[in-house]
Amino acid sequence: MPVIEVKNLRKQYGETVAVRDVSFAVESGEIFGILGPNGAGKTTTAECVSGLRTADGGTITVLGRPPRDPALRRLVGVQLQESQLQDKITVREALELYSAFYPSPADWRQLAATLGLDDQLNARYGKLSGGRKQRLSIALALIGGPRIAILDELTTGLDPQARRDTWDLIESIRDTGVTIVLVTHFMEEASRLCDRVAVIDHGEVVALDSPAGLVNALSAEQRIRFRPSVPLDDPLLLAAPEVTAVLHHGPQVEVVGTGNLLQAVTSVLAAHQIIANDLRIEQANLDEAFVRLVGRD
Amino acid sequence: MFTKLTVSELKLLFREPVPTFFSLLFPTILVVILGSIPSFREANPDIGGARVIDLYAGIAVTLTLAMLGLQVTPSVLALYREKGILRRLATTPARPSLLLGAQLAAALITAIVSSALALTVARLAFDVRLPSNFAGFVLAFLLAALGVFAIGMFISAVVPTGKAANTVGTLLFFPSMFFAGLWLPREAMPAALQRVGDFTPLGAGERALHEAMTGHWPSLLSATVLVGYLVVFGFGAARLFRWS
Repeated sequence: MPVIEVKNLRKQYGETVAVRDVSFAVESGEIFGILGPNGAGKTTTAECVSGLRTADGGTITVLGRPPRDPALRRLVGVQLQESQLQDKITVREALELYSAFYPSPADWRQLAATLGLDDQLNARYGKLSGGRKQRLSIALALIGGPRIAILDELTTGLDPQARRDTWDLIESIRDTGVTIVLVTHFMEEASRLCDRVAVIDHGEVVALDSPAGLVNALSAEQRIRFRPSVPLDDPLLLAAPEVTAVLHHGPQVEVVGTGNLLQAVTSVLAAHQIIANDLRIEQANLDEAFVRLVGRD
Repeated sequence: MFTKLTVSELKLLFREPVPTFFSLLFPTILVVILGSIPSFREANPDIGGARVIDLYAGIAVTLTLAMLGLQVTPSVLALYREKGILRRLATTPARPSLLLGAQLAAALITAIVSSALALTVARLAFDVRLPSNFAGFVLAFLLAALGVFAIGMFISAVVPTGKAANTVGTLLFFPSMFFAGLWLPREAMPAALQRVGDFTPLGAGERALHEAMTGHWPSLLSATVLVGYLVVFGFGAARLFRWS
């Protein structure tokens, strides 16, 4: 039973169609990614699911309810893109105030400790670094003890270390049973965190799979590079059905192929007692898959 | 929830030194400065035998309402929208309208404290008589506050940013306070100017307050004008206010 179900969502602003036709379902306990280039309709989709915008077409249900149902406001935590707080409010005051909005809030002190904000409780929002502001924003999305957290552009503007810390945090939140919807344009973030990803482009879902599934589906081709201990005849390698091409780069040989390419290449080399030095396997990553999916010509 | 939000809004307001000074202390300072001028403490036949300082006690009250209603509240609310604070609240069980209400409550509390301070100082230092029709004074105060705050809400509904709200508020502040008698008490104005003032929010507010200070009830005209501003601008603000 999915916790979020989106069917044929459509939303336009005046003449501009932001979301043309988006459908997906989010299962309980997963980290679901909404991935896409800027202007693809990711944020609009997330805002419709959050109940901030009314869809022009299609249906959305969140925990079996329409997205604007007031009961969802305490069950769904939302971290919005570019949403700030008052400059003069302190971290402690913000956490206390927002936890007072919920009937059974999470322990804000513990949340602050988990997010590394406990040494900044008396600091004012306006004085916090970008990373701390972002963490406070995440804390406020989680303070009501939600069943679903929708996080939009979670790590934009964070330095690499803060980004990695935030990813660890998201995984630990998922481990407590919270379903997470992550809107992002970072491939690394999506492949590291997400169980499944919907790739949105021009307001439509162009792919929906696990990050590994997306990569495999789009680029079955693999490349292996090595320096053979003795010169190598191409036909030896080309005889294997997995191998489609052999290229030479000085002393380096590059073998292109599909399937279990590494197994095929190593057995050929072993049969001829050739040692492969500096062996490297080049595999396509989500970045490449993404570019192929939404590549603009 | 509402009480917590109001307390939070009050705290945040008092952390801004400039608005705090002008809305909370400046009306009292005005009373002290004008009260220190000896001739202002003498009966003046030009204004019907009252003392100038008697008139300015009421004007000081309209001054705090104008500061809060036209300048502080509109720019705070427009800034809250600009910063996405209202949008964030819309994702929580607290509706953003609750924050609007809390902001208005905080402004009203500040106005009450500021007015009480100005009137107390006027009474103790310059022997200004406290409103002899206290119920009428409370009524006049609330009508004036609601009328002016409704205009402030309307400003914050139609401007795009906090800065724009500040500009519009300041542009309205000076003519409004002119008709309330900040530079020349209404009683000293030519009849035509007084008549125009009767239909401005702070002119009507000052008149209603003055009527209650001198033992009467707010006139039907002043009350109608203030309720009119509340209804027209309150309705307009409710229709036009954008949360994001």
